[in-house]
Amino acid sequence: MNLVQILFYVMAFITLASAIFVAVSKTLVRSIFMFFITLFALAGLYVLALADFVAITQIVIYVGGILVLILFAFMLSGRETLDALQKQKNQFISANKVAALFLAAIFFIVLLNMVLKVDADHLPWITNAIKTNNVITPTSTTTDNIGINLMTRYLLPFEAISILLMMALVGAAHLSRKEQTL
Amino acid sequence: MISLADFLIVSAALFCIGLFMVVSKSNAIQILIGIELMLNAAILNLVAFGKYDRLNNGGQLFALFAIVLAAATTAVALAIILNVYRRYKTIDPNKVDKLRDE
Repeated sequence: MNLVQILFYVMAFITLASAIFVAVSKTLVRSIFMFFITLFALAGLYVLALADFVAITQIVIYVGGILVLILFAFMLSGRETLDALQKQKNQFISANKVAALFLAAIFFIVLLNMVLKVDADHLPWITNAIKTNNVITPTSTTTDNIGINLMTRYLLPFEAISILLMMALVGAAHLSRKEQTL
Repeated sequence: MISLADFLIVSAALFCIGLFMVVSKSNAIQILIGIELMLNAAILNLVAFGKYDRLNNGGQLFALFAIVLAAATTAVALAIILNVYRRYKTIDPNKVDKLRDE
């Protein structure tokens, strides 16, 4: 058991524990701030999977963009949501929650079964990649390669997603503007 | 090194926590956070498999696209939530049950 594996287990534990806290927390603000921790730990997992550029992007976009957006929406939607949350406190175990827990547990068993059966480390294309030395090693620089690939092989998806992002942002601005005539 | 199965198990657990949030919560923002958790589980899988594609970076680039798509969906979803709040004075999806104007 080397240091990388220990770090992986620590990161995985932080991710799952904070995600469970997000799921069961009664106060919305606290669960949003714990979601920060989940995203940071996920970025750590990406680094351990040798994807440092994706990890940085995760921190910049998720933590810098999406979470601030969620906080804004929460602050703008006022006290009503807080009151609705307080009401849930009386009924700790409701039928809704038991059903959701059951569904999630069943789904987890199915996924776990699939993961253990598929034996992901010995898939044909992965053994082929190892054989042809097509594996990212801790010393290889991936960011240069990502930039080159983004401008050559993945240029069409890149442009398409830029247009989609612009459409989504214009649409969001249009939706959230105050209506003059209702 | 860390085996792929470990990453897959972590992401499966994360996905199920997200599923639990989506089904059980009665607040649109918390449901949105659950959807984000599920998306992140999928992105973790993409990144873990992307390790075995050094030349084309398929997994990592797909993960980047997925992150950008998540940002776009969140922006639109939050705008919709704000609109729903303005119109119904609640963001409980169970109480938003009218399609027509008031």
